[in-house]
Amino acid sequence: MTENESTTNDPIIICEDVHKWFDDFHVLKGITTTFKKGERAVICGPSGSGKSTFIRTINRLEEHQRGTIIVDGIELSNDLRNINLIRQEVGMVFQQFNLFPHLTNIKNISLGPIQVRKMSKRAAEEAALALLERMDIADQAYKYPAEISGGQQQRVAIARALAMEPKIMLFDEPTSALDPEMISEVLDVMRELAHSGMTMLVVTHEMGFAREVADRVMFFDEGVVIEEAAPADFFDNPQHERTKLFISQTLQH
Amino acid sequence: MENTAITQEVKPPNTKKGPVKWLKDNLFNTWYNTILTCLGLAFLFFVFKGVFTWVFTQADWEVIPANLQIFSIGPYPLEQIWRVSTVIYGLAVLLGLSAGIWNGLTRQITVAIGCIGAIILLLPFHIPVREHALIATVILAVSFAIGRNKDNWKRWVVVGWVLSFPWTMMMLHGFGAGTVSTTMWGGLLLTLILAAVGIVACFPLGVLLALGRRSQLPAIRWVSTVYIETIRGVPLITLLFMGSILLPIFMPGDFQLDKVIRAMVALTLFSAAYMAENVRGGLQAIPSGQVEAAQAVGLTYPKTMLFIVLPQALRAVIPAIVGQFISLFKDTSLVSIVGLVDLLGVARSVLGNAEWIGLQPEVYLFVAAIYFVFCYAMSFVSQKIESDLGVGKH
Ligand SMILES: Nc1ncnc2c1ncn2[C@@H]1O[C@H](COP(=O)(O)OP(=O)(O)O)[C@@H](O)[C@H]1O
Ligand SMILES: [Mg+2]
Repeated sequence: MTENESTTNDPIIICEDVHKWFDDFHVLKGITTTFKKGERAVICGPSGSGKSTFIRTINRLEEHQRGTIIVDGIELSNDLRNINLIRQEVGMVFQQFNLFPHLTNIKNISLGPIQVRKMSKRAAEEAALALLERMDIADQAYKYPAEISGGQQQRVAIARALAMEPKIMLFDEPTSALDPEMISEVLDVMRELAHSGMTMLVVTHEMGFAREVADRVMFFDEGVVIEEAAPADFFDNPQHERTKLFISQTLQH
Repeated sequence: MENTAITQEVKPPNTKKGPVKWLKDNLFNTWYNTILTCLGLAFLFFVFKGVFTWVFTQADWEVIPANLQIFSIGPYPLEQIWRVSTVIYGLAVLLGLSAGIWNGLTRQITVAIGCIGAIILLLPFHIPVREHALIATVILAVSFAIGRNKDNWKRWVVVGWVLSFPWTMMMLHGFGAGTVSTTMWGGLLLTLILAAVGIVACFPLGVLLALGRRSQLPAIRWVSTVYIETIRGVPLITLLFMGSILLPIFMPGDFQLDKVIRAMVALTLFSAAYMAENVRGGLQAIPSGQVEAAQAVGLTYPKTMLFIVLPQALRAVIPAIVGQFISLFKDTSLVSIVGLVDLLGVARSVLGNAEWIGLQPEVYLFVAAIYFVFCYAMSFVSQKIESDLGVGKH
């Protein structure tokens, strides 16, 4: 598989020796990597290896304690202004959707643009409807999250993140909480998003998706990246024992 | 959007039961239940018989209409009563407009209050009272008609409600020659003012304290916790006494803080601590994923709280919050201990009058009924709000 055309050489996320502790527990042990504009990176690895923690440091849902992270030219520090700027440029999709249950789907999507980007209510709701259309669920706009299926909820959550017109999208196991028959409808919109040139960091165990869409697969184990490669190399010719074991286990089911 | 069903709709089997069946199932289903039911009925019969006989044949209700003015406004001077009516008319305007703009619950409440006005109209009160009731009811109806579908007035009506508090105070107090000092405020009027101010002020304070107690900043967390725990460890009466006796000692020179205001402050500070704990219970029920999702779209902390966390948290604890309001309403009766003549206070002063001696049962029953009506109304409204918001649904 060749490198995707939309990927440029401009870096958009630069991580230098990123460390993170939860109290005494060393979760990230020096992550150094660069993501380019338009790049699609899939992150996999055993449970508890620090994948979620890593992508959550990129929009500062988790604070790193050593090293530097630069997102779109802005260094992540305790400066609240920078954090809020970066959060507007980085969208995130969670395993449990985390939709706001007291708001209708369209309000879930338009809240950010109205409150953060100061868009008018009308413009924000029009944009939200267009996004729901793109997610193929325009008819669910005025329902509450609890009234639609898991796959539909996750697509609303993707629309909510996209409504802020982010440059980067983070996905933390977006299909792990879904019933099997709903996984593909979510992967379809993620695939479409990838083709539109969005920079994406995706934590997932959907190896088919990784093979098809990713420019790079990173393998996390105990807080370090022990192997990273283009998907073809990663799946067909893994170097590390742990990677081999992980791939054989994941592909079994 | 509508799903057109292709198959024949199948109704659930009819499970409705007739009253006879209900009685059989619930009261007479076993031999011991039958005995309990009979004993209960006998007990109720004797209690009600006693109460009814007393209410309709023995009680001397003369004391109530004779003192109606005292019960409603206490020693408030009669020649200044137009101030009270003006306040009521103003509130009628606001309520009518609100009912026109926001339909649903506001409208139901307004209709209920309108009905009360109409009932007062028909009861054998003094003519002036009935005149005021008539005017207020008409104002209510007219502003309701005006407010219909005036969606763009919403903001102004909200501003009006906020301003209605200082306006009510100023209106009742007045300036210059016609001043009615707060020592003349009393009866149901004073009870309602104390309760309304306490409820409206303790709510935001309680929310802030609850947020403060969960703050990341140790200083704020510490102050909130100490405040809440201290206040909850002290009886309200102590606070009222402190407000009326200790506060003046600490106040500089001959600066005199109004007695009624001191009671308001004490009631507010007291209720806010309990309110904070109720709200905190709601905050704890919100999963952290909600905050994370809000932060991920770039909402600041205040906006995350305002739009995401508080609406869900408050909705979850509506019963507890309304319970707190109801206790606050009843707790206002304690102000008679520091020399204010609220509804209970005037009841006692009426009973101290030689003319009405020995009529405790009548007077206290009447006062209790008034407290009950207001507290039950709050409880009823809260149940309506809950079902309107679909608590526990989304
Ligand atoms: N808030 C937290 N406090 C303490 N430990 C945490 C916290 N979040 C995650 N961890 C721990 O950090 C490790 C990595 O977690 P995570 O990044 O969620 O792993 P992954 O997403 O790869 O499964 C796990 O051992 C987890 O128990
Ligand atoms: Mg994870």
